Amino acid sequence: MPSSSIEVRDLRYRYPGEHHDALTGLSLSVSAGERVAVLGPNGSGKTTFVMHLNGLLSMQSGEIAIGDTSVTEDHLREIRRRVGAVFQDADDQLFMTTVREDVAFGPANLGVTGDELNALVEQTLARVGASGYADRNPHHLSGGEKRRVAIATVLSMNPDVLILDEPTSGLDPAGRRELIDLLAGLDQTQLIVTHDLPLALQLCERSVIVSGGQVVADGATAELLADEALLAQHRLELPLGFDPSRL
Amino acid sequence: MSGAHGSTVTRLYVAGDSRIHRISPEVKLVAVFAVVVVGAVTPRTEVVAFSVYVVAALMVVAMSGIGLIKYLRRLTVIVPFILFAFVIPFVGGGEKLNVAGVALSVDGLWAMWNILVKAALGATMSIVLSATTPVTNLLHGLTRLRVPRLLVAIISFMLRYIDVLVEQLGRMRRSMVARGHDPRWLWQVKPIASSAGALFVRSYERGERVHQAMLARGYSGVMPAMTNQRASINEWIAVMVYPAVCFGVLMLAVV
Repeated sequence: MPSSSIEVRDLRYRYPGEHHDALTGLSLSVSAGERVAVLGPNGSGKTTFVMHLNGLLSMQSGEIAIGDTSVTEDHLREIRRRVGAVFQDADDQLFMTTVREDVAFGPANLGVTGDELNALVEQTLARVGASGYADRNPHHLSGGEKRRVAIATVLSMNPDVLILDEPTSGLDPAGRRELIDLLAGLDQTQLIVTHDLPLALQLCERSVIVSGGQVVADGATAELLADEALLAQHRLELPLGFDPSRL
Repeated sequence: MSGAHGSTVTRLYVAGDSRIHRISPEVKLVAVFAVVVVGAVTPRTEVVAFSVYVVAALMVVAMSGIGLIKYLRRLTVIVPFILFAFVIPFVGGGEKLNVAGVALSVDGLWAMWNILVKAALGATMSIVLSATTPVTNLLHGLTRLRVPRLLVAIISFMLRYIDVLVEQLGRMRRSMVARGHDPRWLWQVKPIASSAGALFVRSYERGERVHQAMLARGYSGVMPAMTNQRASINEWIAVMVYPAVCFGVLMLAVV
């Protein structure tokens, strides 16, 4: 299974019409196959940052490389194949009228057709534990099913890097656990943007805290989460009674 | 949020494996369209031709296995037109016919018949089409008929998101009701108007997010082809017999 490193250097971005930079020189380096949690309060620039990784926001200043391919206009097609982004609202990700077409959308854009495409869809759905969902309407899936199918829509493109924006939001505890199991079993380099600190601890050895548009802390998840002053400074809180040292 | 309840999209489809169900969607679309056109251009005085159309249509309904009750219930969509048609004989001019002491316009009666039979025929075809073809297959059919993919994509997005929108509207309505909104009079319409505005903005934003999700998966402005299976010539011939017979009857009647 392929995976790629991520190299981000001094990324700056300002939304049109705004007076402040959303990203103020963000740098991050993630090695191939690593799973890193991106933590931070609302409005800290996390989503703005990850939208740069597959060129959904075009860079104003800085550098990004996925493996040895830099993210520029010329490489967008390849970058978008290699970087799979799973958005927060699965209803945005699942836009076709059947699960099959949604999972097929990416590979079909890459030119896969016919029986090969069908086989790929079945295979990918099986990987996320959603076999037999192919002909269902995405609207009729539960929250957890939607999330897993949303992940299948990018896995079908065989990406090296997965970016997940709040993958556990709105899931019930069992759905959340199933999702964690799924992510733990994938070999791709993963960036998991989340407010769910226990999730970060469970899945990612390493975490970064993004605040004010840059990385303000980078280290072992267990250590970061044990630093109460640091968490409080960036509006992060562990659930009541949760003790990271006892996991 | 989401539920297994029937959605707007799938409600019309009646699961089954009849011969009508098995026809490829593009063939079915063309056949339905042809039958409706033949019906629409038939002069209203050709009663025999219409009798053949109606019998043939009822045979198709029977073959589809939708069930007579379900068919008749769906046929009620034409009721508003029928009500209007029933007025015409009373208000129409020209030659009068005395029926039980009421003078009815002959021209008006023909006009009524014309509307009734053509509306019923058209509705029957739509009912059979929608009850025997899943919406997704209809979209594939349109694609295979070379309808521009962008147009098909727009229809497909509409079908995908209509339930999401209806749910959103329901949530907004509930939140208004929960805060004591109880619209009875026209001047209380303002919150409804503003919620329509909010819904528009939300849909617009969703559109942007969906577009990004598409770009992220390699969309480059052209919807990808998902299926390459096509109906066989034999199937085309077998199915087009139906509109051909209708057309033959029309020719016999008018020539």
